[in-house]
Amino acid sequence: MLQNFCDWLSNTSVSLTIQTITWIIPAVQTIHILCVAIVMSCMAMMDLRLVGVAGTRRPVSAAVSRFVPWVWGALPVLLATGIILIIGEPSRELLNPYFRLKMASLVVVIVITFFVQRQNTKDAAYWEARKGMAAIAGALSLLLWVGIVTCGRWIAYY
Amino acid sequence: MGIPEFCAWLENTSFATAIRQSTWLFPAIETLHVLAIVIVVGSVTMLDLRLLNIAWRDRSIREIHEDVLPWTWASFAVAAIAGALLFSSSATKYYHNIPFRMKMALLVVVAINAAIFEFGIYRRVADSREGERIPVAAKVAGAAGIVLWIAVVACGRWIGFTK
Repeated sequence: MLQNFCDWLSNTSVSLTIQTITWIIPAVQTIHILCVAIVMSCMAMMDLRLVGVAGTRRPVSAAVSRFVPWVWGALPVLLATGIILIIGEPSRELLNPYFRLKMASLVVVIVITFFVQRQNTKDAAYWEARKGMAAIAGALSLLLWVGIVTCGRWIAYY
Repeated sequence: MGIPEFCAWLENTSFATAIRQSTWLFPAIETLHVLAIVIVVGSVTMLDLRLLNIAWRDRSIREIHEDVLPWTWASFAVAAIAGALLFSSSATKYYHNIPFRMKMALLVVVAINAAIFEFGIYRRVADSREGERIPVAAKVAGAAGIVLWIAVVACGRWIGFTK
């Protein structure tokens, strides 16, 4: 069924346009990667602060409130550019196990990030008072983001 | 030995041959390259945005420079080594690739921009506090940094779409 959907999608005029105009995919991928740069750097800085490795001069709450909004800002652009790439090459993405793993990891990391931010908003000292949990959340988040980027690149090699 | 001869020698080294012939080595090194680049670009942009007075205005430029740039440099080293390995696998092909040449030329400009900032402008703006005016030279360095890195990423992506 998904195969049928991919076949249908790849024959729509939008998809055919993306397939025919050769610069669209690399241009959209470039925007996608630049947004990945924003997300990865912000999440790395926040996660390393949660773990207690980077930016330790300032409290955890400062790192969380500094970096998370940039992620929420970049994610819609990532989603939009990602959808354009899917429309251009539906079966390359939708039938790809790395793509599915990437999406599953993304859901998990969004939940973690949302939770980290929410607890921080409720109580600025929340993560400072729970160093072990903060370190686990930070390490898990960083690991998931690295996994997401890795899956993203391996989609091209499946 | 000229550059074409060097490329021919490089791609015949044992590690270059191994990368070229393996099914997973190239994507694995490329993944490392991408991971390192996104950290380089994102982290340096944090500083550039501060120079433009757009983000992180409540911290001094020195504080951001000290907190963020070590990660940028470490990631850049990883990106450069991974990139050199990727280059070695098909050195001659990349040497003749136009986006690759543009990327390398842009990196030279990035280096010049960074050097001008590090060895001159930085000392003047390092301790500027919130609300303080940032000199035009620093703003130009920040804006140039952002534009240049976007171009570097675009060229990098284009390499994969050209023969």
